[in-house]
Amino acid sequence: MADLITSSSLRERLRAYTTARVAMGRVGSAVLTRDMLDFQLAHARARDAVHNGLPEGAFGVALHGQPVVEVRSQAPDRATYLMRPDLGRRLNPEDLPRLARERAQLAIVIADGLSATAVLAHAADLAGAVIARAGRWRVGPLVVARQARVALGDDIGEALGADLVVVLIGERPGLSAADSLSVYLTWKPVRGRMDSERNCISNIRPPEGWSIEAAADEIMRIAATARLLEKTGVGLFNGDVTALPAG
Amino acid sequence: MTRYQVDLAGTRHRFETLAEVLAKATPSRSGDHLAGLAALSSEQRVAARLVLADLPLTTFLDDLVVPYETDEVTRLIIDRHDATAFAPLRALTVGGLREWLLDDRTDEAALKAAARGLTPEMVAAVSKLMRNQDLVSAARRIENVTAFRNTIGLRGRLSTRLQPNHPTDDAKGVAASILDGLLLGSGDAVIGVNPATDDIPTIGRLLRLLDELRQGLNIPTQSCVLTHVTNTIALIGQGAPVDLCFQSIAGTEAANRGFGVSLDLLAEAHHATLALGRGSVGTNVMYFETGQGSCLSSDAHHGVDQQTLECRAYEVARAYAPLLVNSVVGFIGPEYLYDGKQILRAALEDHFCGKLLGLPMGLDICYTNHAEADQDDMDVIATLLGVAGISFIMGVPGADDVMLGYQSTSFHDALYLRDVLGLRPAPEFEAWLAEVGLTDAAGKLVSPDSRLPSLERVPALAALYG
Repeated sequence: MADLITSSSLRERLRAYTTARVAMGRVGSAVLTRDMLDFQLAHARARDAVHNGLPEGAFGVALHGQPVVEVRSQAPDRATYLMRPDLGRRLNPEDLPRLARERAQLAIVIADGLSATAVLAHAADLAGAVIARAGRWRVGPLVVARQARVALGDDIGEALGADLVVVLIGERPGLSAADSLSVYLTWKPVRGRMDSERNCISNIRPPEGWSIEAAADEIMRIAATARLLEKTGVGLFNGDVTALPAG
Repeated sequence: MTRYQVDLAGTRHRFETLAEVLAKATPSRSGDHLAGLAALSSEQRVAARLVLADLPLTTFLDDLVVPYETDEVTRLIIDRHDATAFAPLRALTVGGLREWLLDDRTDEAALKAAARGLTPEMVAAVSKLMRNQDLVSAARRIENVTAFRNTIGLRGRLSTRLQPNHPTDDAKGVAASILDGLLLGSGDAVIGVNPATDDIPTIGRLLRLLDELRQGLNIPTQSCVLTHVTNTIALIGQGAPVDLCFQSIAGTEAANRGFGVSLDLLAEAHHATLALGRGSVGTNVMYFETGQGSCLSSDAHHGVDQQTLECRAYEVARAYAPLLVNSVVGFIGPEYLYDGKQILRAALEDHFCGKLLGLPMGLDICYTNHAEADQDDMDVIATLLGVAGISFIMGVPGADDVMLGYQSTSFHDALYLRDVLGLRPAPEFEAWLAEVGLTDAAGKLVSPDSRLPSLERVPALAALYG
C-alpha cells in the first residue's frame, strides 16, 4: 500500500470521493500558490454573484409570450438589502400600480436573491418550461424583482390576485456553486405567510444539480397538489418535498 | 424617573431599561440595528457606556433583562448564582470589574473563582467596556480544562475539530476528508460531522464509520455527528457508538424552544450520554454550538442585544459541564455581523465571555459569501484568538465547507497558528501523532507525503486506496 501514498496519487484518489479541497499539499504550514489562487477565484465568483445586480431589461419587455414587469423591494441598494432582510420582503409601494389585479392564477416571480448569476443563467429557461407545462393555469405577467427575498413574492402575488406564486430566486452562493437557483411555491400568497407555508426546490443548476426539465416537472407536481389541497408547505407531502427555511 | 441616565455637555442621555443601556453600549453591529436596539448615534453609544461603567454589579441581580417568571434561562441564572463566589466582587461597578480583570494582581485562581459569582449579563456588560486588546489579555489569563479521551484547553495547546462534511453523507467522501485532516495533524478536539440529513439510520451509519476509524487507528480523540439531541437520545437507545452529545443552544427559553430543546431535555441527553461511560480520561460529554443572532432570528430576543443573549446561552452550556463550546461566529450572515470588523469583535467577545464564565471556548472562525469578509479577515481573527488562548478551532479541507456552503479555517490554518504561536495539540493526541510517525521529535509534521500506518485495519480508509 505504501506505493500509493505519493502526494499526487493521494490527491487524485481522495478527490474522486469528495468535492472538498482535500489533499492540497503544503509548503511549511501554508497552502501552495495555485490552491490559494483557486480558492480566491471561487470566492471572487461567489462575491460577484452576490453583488452584481440584474442588468436593466435583462429579460426584455416580453418573455415566453408573457409581458415582463419589473419591481423593487423596499431595500434601496445592495448593502441595505444584505443588512435588512425585512426590507427585502416588502414591495416598494411606488411599484404597486405596475401589478394590476388581473385574476392570474399562477404568478411567476424572477427574484435576484443572493445570486443574480444564477438568475441570469437559469431563470428564463425555467420560467419557459413552467409556462409550457401550465396547461389550464392562467399565467400572469413575469415579474422581475430586485433586492428581493423570498417573501416579496407574497406582496406580488397578493397584488396580482394569484392563487399560487412561484418565486425563482438566486441562492446564497457557496464556493463550489455561484449559480444555484431555488424555487419557492406559496398558495394564496398574502403578506404575512410563514416559511412553513411554502414548498421549496433548491439546487437547480444544470448539469450538476436539478435540470430545468426535471425542476419544471416538480414545480407543476407541487402546483397541482397545492390546487387540489388548497395549501402549500409543511404536510403537503409526506415524502420527498419538504418546506425549507426561506431566505 | 429613570435610573439610567447621564448628562454630557448639556445633553441628558436617558435609557429606559437596563436592556436598553446594554444594547446601546454595544459596538455597532447589524443585528442590533435590525432589531431596532442599537445606539442612534456614536455619542449615545458612549453615553450608554458611561452609564454602564458606573452601575454596581448588584444591579444585574435586581433588574433582570428577561423576566424570571417567563424564562427558564433567567431562572437558571438566578437560581444557580453563587453568592459566596460573588462576595469578593459585590462592591464593584461594571467599570471596576473591567479594571479588576485587567489588574496584574488579579491572579488566575481569583479569575476562576469568580466564574460562578458572575452572571452572563455582568460578563456581557463588562465586555462592552473592553477594547479588543482587553478581551485578548483577560481571556489569555484563564485556563479552562476539560477531558474525554484527551485533554482540551491546556495552556500552550490548540486543538481542532476535524469537520469532514459531505453533501450526501457519502462514507468514502467523509473518510477522505478525515484521512486528509489526520495527515495534517487535525482532529484532537473532536472528529465531528455535520450530516446533510436528520435521518436516524444515516446518522447511525456515520457514527459507526467514525468509531471504526477511531478504534482502528487507535486515535485518542472523540467523535460526534451533529444532530438534534432527541436523535442522539434515540441512537443511544439503539446502541449506537455515541461519544459526545451535540446541541445548538441559545440564550432565551423561547429561542431554545425554536431549537426544539428545553433545560430538562438537555439534562436528559446529558445523563444518557454520561451513562455510556465511554470517556477514558474525563467525563465531559456535551458539545454545544452557539452564535450571536440566533434569538433575534427566532423572534425571541425580548429587546435584549445579541451579544448579551449569547452570554446567556453560555449559562445554559455551563449547566451541563461540556467538553467543547463552539461559537459559530460568522455563519449566520451579514444581517447579524456585517463585515470582518464586526465578526472579529464578536469572536473576541464570545471567547472572552465564555472563558470568564468557565467554559472550554472554541470558535468556528467563519463567514458566508454575502458578508463583507474574506480569508485575510479570518487570518486576523485566528491569530488574535490564538494569542487569547482559544481551546480549539475548526479544521475544514481547504477552509471550504462543501456541505454547509461557507468558509471556515483549514487544517493548514491550524498548523500556521501552532507554528507562529508555539502551540501544540492536546497531549494525548500529540503523543499519538509522534507514535504513528506523523510528527518528528520536534513535533513538526514530517513531510507533505506523510502517511498513516495500519490503514489496512480500517476498511473505510483501505477502500480509499481501491
